[in-house]
Amino acid sequence: MLLTRTFEEKLASMYRGGRITGGVYIGKGQEAVSVACGIFLQKGDIFAPLIRDQAGRSAFGEPLVDVARTYLGSRAGPMRGRDGNIHRGKPRDGQLAMISHLGAMVSVVVGSLMAKRGRGEKNFIGLTTIGEGGMQTGATHEGMNIAAVEHVPLVVVATNNHYAYSTPNNREFACANLVDRARGYGFEGYELDGTDLAQCLEVIGSAVKRARAGRPPQLVVASILRLAGHGEHDDFSYVTDDIRKEPFAIDCLKRAEAFIKERDLADAETLQRWREEAAEEVENAFSAAQSEPVPSGNEEDWSAISSRDLVDEIGEGGSS
Amino acid sequence: MSITYLEAIREAQAKLLRDDKRVFIYGQDVGGNFGGAFKATKGLAKEFPGRVLNTPISEDAMVGTAIGAALEGMRPIVEMQFADFSSIALNQILNNAGTHYWRTNIPVPITVRLPSGGTKGSGPFHSQSMESLYAHYPGLIVMTPATVEDAYTMLIDAVAIDDPVVYCEHKYLYYHLKADNLPNDGIPVGKARIARTGRDLTIVSYSAMLHESLSAAEDIAKEGFEIEVVDLRTVKPLDTATVLASVARTGRLLAVGESFPWGGVTAEVIARVSTEGFHLLDAAPARINAKDTPIPYHPNLWSTHRPSSKMIAAKARQLLRE
Repeated sequence: MLLTRTFEEKLASMYRGGRITGGVYIGKGQEAVSVACGIFLQKGDIFAPLIRDQAGRSAFGEPLVDVARTYLGSRAGPMRGRDGNIHRGKPRDGQLAMISHLGAMVSVVVGSLMAKRGRGEKNFIGLTTIGEGGMQTGATHEGMNIAAVEHVPLVVVATNNHYAYSTPNNREFACANLVDRARGYGFEGYELDGTDLAQCLEVIGSAVKRARAGRPPQLVVASILRLAGHGEHDDFSYVTDDIRKEPFAIDCLKRAEAFIKERDLADAETLQRWREEAAEEVENAFSAAQSEPVPSGNEEDWSAISSRDLVDEIGEGGSS
Repeated sequence: MSITYLEAIREAQAKLLRDDKRVFIYGQDVGGNFGGAFKATKGLAKEFPGRVLNTPISEDAMVGTAIGAALEGMRPIVEMQFADFSSIALNQILNNAGTHYWRTNIPVPITVRLPSGGTKGSGPFHSQSMESLYAHYPGLIVMTPATVEDAYTMLIDAVAIDDPVVYCEHKYLYYHLKADNLPNDGIPVGKARIARTGRDLTIVSYSAMLHESLSAAEDIAKEGFEIEVVDLRTVKPLDTATVLASVARTGRLLAVGESFPWGGVTAEVIARVSTEGFHLLDAAPARINAKDTPIPYHPNLWSTHRPSSKMIAAKARQLLRE
C-alpha cells in the first residue's frame, strides 16, 4: 500500500510536470482493497486487474520498473510503448492486460480458468476487479453470468468508489445494494469496508479460499471513496463535502498507519524507514526506466498479427 | 458421395476435434443433441463429450471466454448463431482479440464462425455480411470461402493460424453447393484463385457472389466475351497481386460484394487496382454491392437489394462497351 501510494504520488507529480504522455490513473484510497486482491494469489492463478490496482499488481508480483516502463513508453517494458499507463499485463505470468472497455476481462478470465480445468490443473483461481461503474455494462453482466454457468473458481472484487468519473451512484444504478446481484448471478456475495485493511484481507482472503475450495464464484463489494480524480487531469470538484465526511471516505493508508501505531506493531522509526525504502524503490524504478530506449516509428515492426506470411500488404505503409 | 458446403464445415470441425485436443466449440445451441441452428455441429457433442458446449445468449462473453482459453493454449471455435449477432461481440473481437498481439506480443488463436449473408425471407437481422467491417480493423484475418473445398480446408487453416480469424461462411451456400469429395490440401491462405479464365474483363468476388459472378460470366460468354473471375477467398489479407495480374490480362475490373456499399472490400479492391495498376485499366473500374439500406424481408425486395447474376451481367456489358 505504502509502495503504491509513494509510486503513484511520484507519478502524479511527473504528470503535473509534463513528464508523462497520456493519462495517469491512480488508486488513492483503494490500496487496501487492491492489495488484498493480489496478495492471496499464487503462481498458476489468473489476475485481471483494472486501473486502480497498482497495489494488487505489485502484490501479485509485477515489478515496479515495468509500471514505470509502461508510463514512460520504454521498449523494454511489457507493452513496448505500444500501449501505455494502466493498460499493461503479462498474460504468460497470469496477469492479463486489461482493455479500457469495462467488464470485457470478466469473461476472459472465465475462459482461462476453463482451459486450466480442462488441462487438469488443480487449486487455481481467477480474480478480477471491477468498479461500481463497470458493473453496469453488458459485458460484466454476460461475464458474471457465464462464470456461474461454467462454475469456474472466480472472485470478482467490485469496488464502489462512489463515482463513475463524475457520475454519482444515484445515476449509476438503482438497486439497494450491489452485493444483492450476487444471488441473481449464482454467486456468493460479501461486503466490506474498503478503508479497513484488516477487513479487506479477511473478506477477500476468505472469498479466495472459497473459490479455491470449489464454491460458486464469489462477489465481494467494497465501499470506498476515490481520493483522487478519475485521472490526474481531473480535479474531482464534483465530490461533495457531504460525501467527503462519510465513513467510506477515510484514507485506508492513514487508517492502516493508525492501526499500526495503536497496536504498537511498529515504532515511528520503522514507519519512517518503510517510507524511505519505498521512496528509494520508486526512484530506482523510474531512473531505470528513464535510461531505456523508447520506440521509433521508423524502426517499429508494424504488424498487428503474428503470422508474417498473412500480413496484408497495406499494413506497413498504410497507403498504396 | 456428395457433400454440401455445410457438411464440409461440420466435417472440418469433426476433424479438428479429432486431431487436436486444444480445439473446442463454444456457441449457442451447438451442443446437446441439437447441433446448432444450422446443424453445423450436428452429432459433435456426442462424439466429443465436453468439447462442444452450449452457451448462454451472450456473444460478448462467448468471445471473451474463447480469448481467455486461447491465452491458456486452447484453440476455440466460436459459432455465432448468425453473423449479425456478432455485433454484440465486436468489442471482444476488435478491441480485445484484435489488439492483443500488437500490445502484448502474444497472439490470440481464436476462430469465430459467422453464418453470413442473405437468404430469402431472412430480413435485416439474419442476413448481414460483415467481412468489410472486420477487415477494417487491424489484427484479424478474414476468410470468405466460396466453395465446398475451401469451406473445409480454410476452416482447418483458420484454427491452425495463431492469430484471430473471422470465418465468414455463407448461409445461401450451405445447401446449394455440393462437391464429390473433400480435399486433403487447399490453396494457401491469403492466395486468391482464378475461378474462371478470360481475357475481356476481370470480376473480383468472393463468397456467394462468386457464383452469381460465374453465372453472369457464362451468360456473357454466349455473346462472345470471356470474363475472368477471381475468387478472393480471404478478404484480409487481400491478394492484390493476383487481382492486378488478372487486370493486366483483361484491362477491365468489376468488383462484386454482398455487403453494404460504403467502403469495404469492393472499394478496397478498386482503390488498390486504381493506385497500383491504373496503367493497366482500359476503362474506369466499377463495383456492385447490396443497396445502402437494411436488408429487406420480402423476396421481391431482397432479390433487388442483393447483387444478382443479372445485375452483374448488365454492369459487365456496360464495362465491355467502354
